Amino acid sequence: MTHFSAVLLFSLFASTVFGITMRETPLRMLRYAAYCFVLFVGSVIVLSWLMFLIAR
Amino acid sequence: MATEETKSAALAPAAKSSAQPDTQQGFVYLPLIAGWLVPGAGHFLMRKWYRGALLAASILGMFAMGLAMHGQIKSDVHNILDLLGLAGDLGSGLLYLVSRFAGWGADQVQVTVADYGTRFIVVAGLLNIIAAVDAHNLRTGRKS
Repeated sequence: MTHFSAVLLFSLFASTVFGITMRETPLRMLRYAAYCFVLFVGSVIVLSWLMFLIAR
Repeated sequence: MATEETKSAALAPAAKSSAQPDTQQGFVYLPLIAGWLVPGAGHFLMRKWYRGALLAASILGMFAMGLAMHGQIKSDVHNILDLLGLAGDLGSGLLYLVSRFAGWGADQVQVTVADYGTRFIVVAGLLNIIAAVDAHNLRTGRKS
């Protein structure tokens, strides 16, 4: 398993739980889960590039 | 006019509580405890089948991935961080107990992926606590 696939799995599972528990209607759950997933993965990509540039 | 508004405002909580009489009967902490012991069970008790199934799949999936990555299941505490890890692991309920007694999980973390696995197991427990509290909120009528 690569590090990025671990990130994707972690984000998927955590976003699903966040979506179901933090919102009330199915559509809003789906939207919130997608929002959390994008934030998880997006922040990992941004922070990874930052660390790469700092380390150079 | 103002008196009628005051009256209706005063009656509103009573009307609301009479509209949901079944949510206050029985042992209100049952979904919380069941949800903690078995992921998704609290939602199944509240007849939220799809939500319970998705929660169970997510939490069990994260726990299983943690084990597959040779993550460590905390059993003894040496410092405050270990204590926090143990608290997170305990959130998995019966999963933690079964894993401890079955001897699953690595004894020592030796590679980076195993460290990720340990975090997966801890976070699965924390997510399970969130799901159990959500089931409790459904039971008390705080959430629909």
